[in-house]
Amino acid sequence: MAELAPPGPVGAGATSGRTVPKRRYAAIEVRDLEKTFRIPRQQVNTFKERALHPFRRARYEELNVLRGITFDVLEGEFFGIVGRNGSGKSTLLKCLAGIYRSDAGSIRVAGRISPFIELGVGFNPDLTARENVVINAVMMGLTPREARARFDQVLEFAELQDFVDLKLKNYSSGMQVRLAFAVMVQSGAEILLIDEVLAVGDAAFQQRCFDEFLRLRDEGRTIVLVTHDMTIVDRFCHRAMLITGGEIETIGAPGQVGARYLERNFEAMSQRSETTQESSVAGASAEIAEIWVENDAGMRVETVPHGQPLHLHARIDVHGRVQEPIVDIWVDDENGARVFATSTRPWPEAPPAEAGQSLHVRVDLDNRLAGGRYHIGCSLLSGSATLAVVALVNRHKPFVVYGSSHVFGLVAIDHELHVDRESSA
Amino acid sequence: MSVETGAALPRAREIHGPAAYGGGWRRFWHLTWLIAVTDYRLTYFGSVLGYLWALMRPLLLFGVLYVVFSKFLRFGDTIQYYRDLLLINIVLYTFFSEATGNAVRSVVNRESLVRKMHFPRMVIPLSVVVTSMLNLAANLVAVLVFILIDGVKPRWTWLLIPVVLLLLVAFTAGIAMILSALYVSYRDVQPIWAVFTQLIFYGTPILYVIDTVPSQLQKVLMANPLAALLEQTRKWLIDSGAPGFVQAAGGFPWWLIPVVILVFVCTFGLWLFNHEAPRIAERL
Ligand SMILES: Nc1ncnc2c1ncn2[C@@H]1O[C@H](COP(=O)(O)OP(=O)(O)OP(=O)(O)O)[C@@H](O)[C@H]1O
Ligand SMILES: [Mg+2]
Repeated sequence: MAELAPPGPVGAGATSGRTVPKRRYAAIEVRDLEKTFRIPRQQVNTFKERALHPFRRARYEELNVLRGITFDVLEGEFFGIVGRNGSGKSTLLKCLAGIYRSDAGSIRVAGRISPFIELGVGFNPDLTARENVVINAVMMGLTPREARARFDQVLEFAELQDFVDLKLKNYSSGMQVRLAFAVMVQSGAEILLIDEVLAVGDAAFQQRCFDEFLRLRDEGRTIVLVTHDMTIVDRFCHRAMLITGGEIETIGAPGQVGARYLERNFEAMSQRSETTQESSVAGASAEIAEIWVENDAGMRVETVPHGQPLHLHARIDVHGRVQEPIVDIWVDDENGARVFATSTRPWPEAPPAEAGQSLHVRVDLDNRLAGGRYHIGCSLLSGSATLAVVALVNRHKPFVVYGSSHVFGLVAIDHELHVDRESSA
Repeated sequence: MSVETGAALPRAREIHGPAAYGGGWRRFWHLTWLIAVTDYRLTYFGSVLGYLWALMRPLLLFGVLYVVFSKFLRFGDTIQYYRDLLLINIVLYTFFSEATGNAVRSVVNRESLVRKMHFPRMVIPLSVVVTSMLNLAANLVAVLVFILIDGVKPRWTWLLIPVVLLLLVAFTAGIAMILSALYVSYRDVQPIWAVFTQLIFYGTPILYVIDTVPSQLQKVLMANPLAALLEQTRKWLIDSGAPGFVQAAGGFPWWLIPVVILVFVCTFGLWLFNHEAPRIAERL
């Protein structure tokens, strides 16, 4: 297809076991790209207003959406773009596709581009599938004759042969996406720009898309994919890029970028709901002064990766004597279900906690929690005659676990999975 | 991180963002034609009467106006071939008002296309004009049959009619581009233009002929390029004794006014649309 240079390190994304494109030139070359939207503060959108305020200078708010974007996508590379909502991914893709004009910087592209921007390629709802497909293919640079010749393939790929002459407005949204995806794939363009394709497809279609991704990748097409699904990034991408607030945060191996993305995501999430303290027993002789989560390096964190050691800490200040103290510490999930709890209950002949003492509780564990949000809680009980709660902090200190894409259920317990086959013949 | 790239990128081209035209004239034309034809089919073959309806619209208008102005008001008694004149005028005016009226919202109506695909933006208003041209062509066939039956003698000047039509299309396209570009930012363009088309209907010699108008007013009316085109059609197609636009405008240099206006509208339309095109997608 093109000259084959000796396989070399292609960026940091050369993950093992994945065929890395051997061609060395960039299919897309972006340099210092910048995009600013001007949002009029006092909207003048009629002539009437214009006539009433002829000298009002339109004042604009400048929204700097992309800054200093510089990257390359090699020919034949499957390149993922991830980032939080509103970080500028779609805007970047639209600049690449030539739909928005950038304000500074340059974009160079080698090959024909086929865009798939935000669930569709721009269909006219009043036209039938046939007409829409032909018009779109011509927009992508085919002649009308070529477009008509490919029409059957497109329909076959989308599995919509029975709906050829149905108007697009009578299609379900999933069917429209299938058609759009089929047009994009079948247009034969060398470079595909895909923005969130899988959101509305059904399971069978998603599987088809995955198969198609693999096929296109093996075919050597260049693909730029925007997605929020890290498993897709992990599975398909040679390299990925994380955009945060309109700037490139990292470019590199998909796993690394995906983990960083999740970290960013959940950081913001746990900041949003800082410390929802529920209860502390009033006038008690002890108080849970502090409760926190540490990673293995001894740093206090709010986001923890799955599969790494995790340390739960609590500090209890004792103000009055507590007989037979018992410490409980636990982890609740978002719905309040107790995922894990431990206790000092069989703590024989525990000396009473004296006023002025401070108890430091620490639990070391391997983080087997599935991705999601959790809270830790802690309590101090007095077990002398009857069990009495001395101090309690419930649903305290939320934290977030990320990066456990293969855990179904609440926890991942160490296990081995075997499937044995016996033939009865 | 950077990736070393080869010395020269093969086939690499710069992406400049959207423009009014570009991407090759073949593609431009293919697209315009394709969109125009599908739109034409959609409007006229979607309904039961189809093509008949396309013909009926100007004919009905003609029928009503003819009865009112010719039979009741005795308007055209002194004008030779009044009904033929009225018919051709209505057909040409219908083309103009239909094309410009549909063009106003065309870009906004195609929002999903504009926001998701890269293609020369001027295709959109132009395809609206081409759709109306298809309609015009169908109507002109009917006109031709009608005036031949009515006894108008074919003359060599009929061969010049395409020149008039070409100028009419250019004028219409110029206005279509201005309107569609303005509508993106000013949403009251549509009602304003609707009023304007009414004014143009009465301010253009459609129901009457220019020589029945006081001569001072003639000069004013003839500044309108549409009036000039209709008067010239009258001279070349129907009545060789008619003044034609040069004489009706009052001779040199007055006849230059409609010409200059026509040229101005076309260039301004091109300029404006070209100027707005790169930002249309983000303003929608
Ligand atoms: N046409 C526009 N005019 C003004 N602002 C815009 C326009 N398009 C996008 N923006 C702004 O640019 C920012 C980036 O939007 P963009 O659609 O690129 O985000 P995104 O990364 O694709 O997000 P998501 O994950 O939700 O798809 C947002 O703050 C958005 O409000
Ligand atoms: Mg987006």
